[in-house]
Formats: sequence, structure tokens, C-alpha cells
Amino acid sequence: MSKEITGTTWTVYDANTLTQNEIYGRVLCELGEKHPEIVGLSADLAKSTKIGIFQEKFPNRFINVGIAEQNMFGIAAGMARTGLLPFVSTMAVFASMRAAEQVRTDICYQNLNVKIIATHGGVSFGPAGTTHHATEDIAIMRSFANMTVIVPADGIETANAVRAAVDWPGPVYIRTGRGFEPNYYTTEDYGFKIGKSVEIREGTDITIIAMGITVLQAAEASDFLKKNLGLSIRVINMHTIKPLDEEAIMKAVTETRRIITFEEHNIVGGLGTAVADVIAQSGKGCAFTKVGFPDVYSEVGYPEDLYAYYKLDANGIIEKVQEVMQKDFEEDENWDDEF
Amino acid sequence: MALTNDEYIRLMETAKKLRHEMVNITMEAGGAHIGGGLSALDIMVVLYFKYLNIDPAHPDDPDRDRFVLSKGHAAIAYAPVLAERGFFGKKLLDDFNKFKSPFGMHPDANKINGCDASTGSLGHGLSIATGMALGARLQGKKFRTYCMVGDGELNEGSNWEAAMSGAHFKLANLTVFVDRNMHMIDGPVEKIMGLEPLDEKWKAFGWQVIQINGNDVKQIADAIETAQKATEKPVVIIAKTVKGYGVDFMENQTAWHYGSLDSELAEKAHQSIDKVYAAMGA
Ligand SMILES: Cc1ncc(C[n+]2csc(CCOP(=O)(O)OP(=O)(O)O)c2C)c(N)n1
Repeated sequence: MSKEITGTTWTVYDANTLTQNEIYGRVLCELGEKHPEIVGLSADLAKSTKIGIFQEKFPNRFINVGIAEQNMFGIAAGMARTGLLPFVSTMAVFASMRAAEQVRTDICYQNLNVKIIATHGGVSFGPAGTTHHATEDIAIMRSFANMTVIVPADGIETANAVRAAVDWPGPVYIRTGRGFEPNYYTTEDYGFKIGKSVEIREGTDITIIAMGITVLQAAEASDFLKKNLGLSIRVINMHTIKPLDEEAIMKAVTETRRIITFEEHNIVGGLGTAVADVIAQSGKGCAFTKVGFPDVYSEVGYPEDLYAYYKLDANGIIEKVQEVMQKDFEEDENWDDEF
Repeated sequence: MALTNDEYIRLMETAKKLRHEMVNITMEAGGAHIGGGLSALDIMVVLYFKYLNIDPAHPDDPDRDRFVLSKGHAAIAYAPVLAERGFFGKKLLDDFNKFKSPFGMHPDANKINGCDASTGSLGHGLSIATGMALGARLQGKKFRTYCMVGDGELNEGSNWEAAMSGAHFKLANLTVFVDRNMHMIDGPVEKIMGLEPLDEKWKAFGWQVIQINGNDVKQIADAIETAQKATEKPVVIIAKTVKGYGVDFMENQTAWHYGSLDSELAEKAHQSIDKVYAAMGA
């Protein structure tokens, strides 16, 4: 489906010259050609979120509500009720918190077809400080029934996710970064499907479950540890946090018996928590650690410095993986009796 | 006249000096909200160097006047003002925006001496200021609360909820500045989401309205003195300002909401500031 509406695919060339959000803006333009029902909304952040690229192409299908996020999400709900397909963009912190009740009650409760592309996720706008960091958005959004939550690994996966969202019924929250986050993917053709994770490295000693910017870092850490310590590290790109790919998690539990999650998010309520729920309910034992912001508001700083400090870059992942390799858990040969 | 000639000269010199510092910090920090910082600076200078009852030696004095910078992105102006007023050393500003600095683009009250509220998400400050004004009244304290909002910021409905309550509770101890620089991020305010007639709106909400040129320190001083005499209503000072004031290539340019400066551009900015103040005899 997605291929027939694109006309173009995005390659690593584009991803190196365009930011994640610029790719989003361009993909939305392509989609807008095929889907006259698509409209765009922003709250004085058309330029910053790059939905402004859609605005330039379809000025009559774009609404800037001024700095008024609550109003914007209510308006999006109303437009969806009339048969339009609103794409709404603001910073993740304002989409998930300022307008949380409008998103939950006006959009999710009514199960309306509104797609939220929330930029500046995590600490990608690091120097702006806590008021502009979104380290709770995944927890909030995944707790809204009917909501689908996606955190693409990079610009190329963002293109895939935005396209897939058009055909996916109901509200979707896609969280992106801010600038030139480096890419993991080199082409779009790796079989992106909402709700289906991608195993980007095979491995048997331990599984890293990553989302967003940590995917590339985890791949690099896996390669490094394989080469230098002979560790066999599976890496899963869990781009969809909800619905969660439980099968891939249970496969990791049984096959590697050590799991570590990395997320640009508070460790409360995000990817790690979602994975932990699955493991706990399975009755299977497993060494498990979640890495993210340890229930603190992040420091100020450039994103690279913050990722390093909070162990979300390759070096941090290498360190944390080695810790989990030392972690004790109750070995049990007789797995079948555990259910 | 509210200001003596000496006071006027001192305030002008301070504002000029701080404009130069803002340019340098913007260059070092890799970027800042310089446009809205420059429009807002003069109001903060007049408040902090003439009217606010504050003492840098006792930043937590419960009886001090309060100031809430609701348009928190103007921290690029606010931080040097606080430093100049003696709340901390200027050296701390060298790391603006950098790793573990107390100074990000938006002020953090738990990290910055003299800062009364953490702001940066627009549309919060006026409610916080309303709470401070009520806090003064309920505890029988004499301190005044000042707040500054951006004009684009007034798109947020929360401001109007706060405006309603300020009038309802007759908070004459509350004064709000609207930094009416006519620009937001995506374009001119009246084009993106118009506010006019802005004075009528505030009046309809029950506020006393004063309109001034918000880059003119004398007019700012007069307006504050009028506001201090209020007995029944909260006062809003709609301060017509120039976004980027003092730096010719930034003035009234939407694009300079946020920007970075290399040394060449910074030099041009410094020259422009000197020229503007020379023309005013300062
Ligand atoms: C709730 C919220 N939405 C969006 C933003 C992003 N933002 C930062 S500054 C700004 C424009 C502010 O315009 P204005 O209030 O006129 O400020 P000024 O022109 O004085 O700098 C926006 C939209 C924000 N900080 N908070």
C-alpha cells in the first residue's frame, strides 16, 4: 500500500541532507497529493516541526492556530469528525502534556483518525531545558486506549511510519527528534510494519531492545562487543511501543534470557516498562534492566552530551550491556513448568 | 517625571551594556532567542534596577517583590539582568546552553539565584503570578508581583483564565507587561492569530490598561509608578516594542526569533547597538 502512494522513496542520501522532520514534511506532501482529505495543523511551530513544507504546498489545507495547543487538538478532533484526516504537529512536550486531555478525550476516546507527529522528542532540544524536553510522552500516550505509539529510529523510518499511519485506523502518535540525528537505515525497504519490531542484529547472549536514537547506538555497541569480547548481542528495533511486539520479546526471553532496554525517556512508563509487563506476565525468568532517564528531569546540554551522560550512546550501551551480563537471575532448566 | 536624570542615564547604560552581553552570549551559546530577548530587555532593566524590592544578598526573602518571566525564552535577556544585579557571577553565563549549565534557553528557578519561576512552556506564567499575588494578600504581605508575557503567547487560553481571575480577585498588586513586539515564530502575530483590539480585550476582562513604548525606559518607569498606585484592578501594560531592538538587522524580523551569530555578525550587532545608543545620547 505505502509504495503505491509514494512516487519516491527516501534513501540514505536524502537522509543525510535532510533532517528527520524535513523528510516527514516531504512525505506528507506526497501523501497529500493522493489523499485530498489530509489537512495539516500546527501551533506556531510550522517551521520548526517542518509541517510547514506541507503548508507551502497546500496552503488551503493548513491551519495555524497560533500558540494554542489545546485548541489545536480539539479542532483536529472536529475536523476528523467531518471526514478529514488531520496531521497535527507540535513539539512532543506540548502534544503529550499541554493538550493531553484533548488528545485523550476528544481524539482517543472518540477513536478519531488524527495523526500526531510530535517533534523535538526526548532531549533532542537539549539546550532548551526541561520545559522543552519530552521524557514522559510515551508513557502518557501509551496509556490512552485506541492510541498507537511509534518512535522511528531515524528519518528513513519516519518516512515509513508516516506513510503507514495513513492506512492505519485511529489515532497515531509518532515521536521524532529535532535535527540531524544520524541514520541507522540506508533504505526504506526493510519491511516496516506497525506493531512488528525489526531484529537488526542476531544474537544469543543478550537482547537489546531499543527505540528511536538508541537503535543506531545499540547496533554499534553490538558490533563492538562482538568484535572485542565475542559477545553475541541481539538488537531489536522496537519502533512501535503500542501495540507492542510481544512475540519478539518472548522469543528474546527464551532464547537469550537477558534483556536490556534503551529509551530516550523516563524509565517509568515507557519502552522498558512495556517490555517488563510482558516478561512479568509470562512467568518466565530473565535478567532484565531498563536504561533511560532515571526518574529525573534531564540536565541542560547538547543532545550528544546528554546521551553520553545518561548512557544512551554506544559507549553507555557497551557499559550497561556488560553490567547485565554479570547480573544474576534464577536459572531454571525446566522451563515448561513455569506457566 | 518618575526618573531623575542620573537614574535615566544609569538605566540606559545598563541596557546598552546588557545588549552587548546578550550578543556575546548568543554567539558563545550557539544560538538564542535574541529577538524577543532584545524587545523585552528594557522592561526588565527598569524593574530590576529601579523598582523591584529585592536584595541579591537575600534572594529568598519572603517579602521580596516577584517577577515571573512567562515568555521564558527571553532568558537570554533575563540571565544577564540577574547577573548584573548581583544574584550570581557573570562567569556562570559562559556555559549558557552547555552541558549541566544552570542556564538553558529557559530559566530554571531551582538552579538560578533570583529567579522566581521556571518557565518556557508558554501560557503558564500569568497563573503563577496570580498565585503569588494571592499569596501576598492571604499572608498580609506588601510585596508586588510583576509578570511578562509575549504577545504571541497570549494565544494560549490559559492567559485569559488567569486574566479573568486577576480581575475577579481584584489583584491590584499584580502588574503584567505584554511584550507587544508583533512577531511570533511562524510570522507576524496579527497574521498568525490576531489579538486586536488587545486593549479592549484586557479592559473587557476587568483590567486597567496602560499603553507605552516598551523600549523607552522613561515610559516604562512612568507606567510602573501608575500601576503601583492601583487599588481595585490589576494593571496590564501593553508595551509596544521592537523585536530585536538595538540590532538593525534583527529589528522586526520574524526570522530573528531564534538565531545564532558568528563573530562577524556579532561585530555588526555590537556596532549597531553603539549607534542606536549614540543617537539617543547614551
Ligand atoms: C506551550 C508552548 N508552545 C509552543 C512553544 C514554542 N515557542 C517558543 S517561543 C514561541 C513564540 C512566542 O511568541 P511571543 O510570545 O510573541 O514571544 P516573543 O516574540 O516576544 O519572543 C513559541 C511558539 C512554547 N515555548 N510553549
